[in-house]
Amino acid sequence: MIASDAGMEFSFNRVAAMVRRYWYLLRSSWPRILDLIYWPTVQMLMWGFLQVYISQNSNFFVQAGGVFIGSVLLWDILFRGQLGFSISFLEEMYARNLGNLMMSPLRPTEFLLSLMVMSIVRLAIGMIPVSLLAIAFFGFNLWALGLALAAFFANLILTSWAVGIFIAGLLLRNGLGAESMAWTIMFLFLPLTCVYYPVAVLPGWLQYFAWALPPTYVFEGMRTLLIDHVFRADLMIEAFALNIVLYAAASLAFLTLLRSARVQGSLLQTSE
Amino acid sequence: MFPPMDARNASAITVDRLVKRYKGVAAVDGISFRLTPGSVTGLLGGNGAGKTTTIAMIMGLVTPTSGSVTVLGAEMPRQRYRVLHRMNFESPYVDMPMRLTVRQNLSVFAQLYAVADIDERIDRLAADLDLTDFLDRPTGKLSAGQKTRVSLAKALLNKPEVLLLDEPTASLDPDTADWVRSRLERYRAEESATMLLASHNMAEVERLCERVIIMKKGRIEDDDNPDRLLSRYGRETLEEVFLDVARGRRQSEAAK
Repeated sequence: MIASDAGMEFSFNRVAAMVRRYWYLLRSSWPRILDLIYWPTVQMLMWGFLQVYISQNSNFFVQAGGVFIGSVLLWDILFRGQLGFSISFLEEMYARNLGNLMMSPLRPTEFLLSLMVMSIVRLAIGMIPVSLLAIAFFGFNLWALGLALAAFFANLILTSWAVGIFIAGLLLRNGLGAESMAWTIMFLFLPLTCVYYPVAVLPGWLQYFAWALPPTYVFEGMRTLLIDHVFRADLMIEAFALNIVLYAAASLAFLTLLRSARVQGSLLQTSE
Repeated sequence: MFPPMDARNASAITVDRLVKRYKGVAAVDGISFRLTPGSVTGLLGGNGAGKTTTIAMIMGLVTPTSGSVTVLGAEMPRQRYRVLHRMNFESPYVDMPMRLTVRQNLSVFAQLYAVADIDERIDRLAADLDLTDFLDRPTGKLSAGQKTRVSLAKALLNKPEVLLLDEPTASLDPDTADWVRSRLERYRAEESATMLLASHNMAEVERLCERVIIMKKGRIEDDDNPDRLLSRYGRETLEEVFLDVARGRRQSEAAK
């Protein structure tokens, strides 16, 4: 036995090993990298040109410059953050490598942390060029939001990770039969978190559901910042508190599903 | 139930009245055995006999319905992180990531297992397992035999004290299978590792194992060394013994 006796403690070294594994995979495949940039660019261009067209015909949209582009870029942080997390997890299932990992000293917390790091790496590869294109095409500078952007990003990425953790649990428990959830679950957030319109547009009863979701506060806060030029710190604090609850619930669900997967014997059978 | 053991004769693996039921159907039905450190044991049985489920419970991947599994003194799966870095396994049911090169795959797993000098260990294993020429090739581009050798390299990266092998030579040609067996024999001789080997290949079990546990329908049908099994069943080969057990022929009938 030549390995050190470090199997019992949390290890950043093992997290780094997993990040290295995903980085090798990403850089070995140009279609994977292109995919990270292609769709956010298309979305940004479509909503940007739409905003240009509307602003030529509406005084309100002239004043609220960049709301659509800001919305689509923040939505991509939420959507791509979860997708980056879940795709890295799915890569293990496609590769039939999950058994190797589950049998190794890698702890679930280390595994999840490596997926979080990779979701940020993938986001950075996709979003940084797209945000620069938004400046070039429409003069919308996401980076000029400064600290507000940091607060928006932190809240959105926390929500995306919470959803990613829950999906990872479902995949462990149900195998690739739960794969479609990984691709589609975030679209449930699209109408409910009011990405492109104010919460007030929703029927009264639906607004309760909307305000139970952290991203709603972010998109509402972004509109307040771009239209009224006011940063609502209170909205960010409320979103953060809800994110803590969501994150705790997702972690609990993951551990329960992992325990159930061990009981059902589904860790080695990752097919449908 | 086993009596307590002292430190001198502590077992590497203890399986005690182990049961695993899936929706009421017993995949493993009350089996018990102990493996002494440094021993090589074959787990034989037809399809659905419960071999893979037994190995999965020993690895901590499956939670038993009842009974217990202890590996190197740690109860599985509850205390698995105490011992996983001292174990490893190879199975045809898992693969290494195909797009990564052999060196990348091995170095990631070496880091997961906290291997001290990763480059040196990989070079040594590559030389031992004849992988040096393939180290920088994507794993998915290798032949079945080469992939098996890579899986074996991964299983030996941390010089495990307990090595679990689930059909290690399945789908290999006779020459490559023989080559893999010789490497396993050498590893056992060098490291005194405890090995549990599930296999359908009787020649492999006869060659590698000093003890054979035969399972059928989740239970242990027989458990002895190969010579005594051959003698009791009055057979020339373990394959004949296996067929006797599989077809329900009693030892006395088989010996006639």
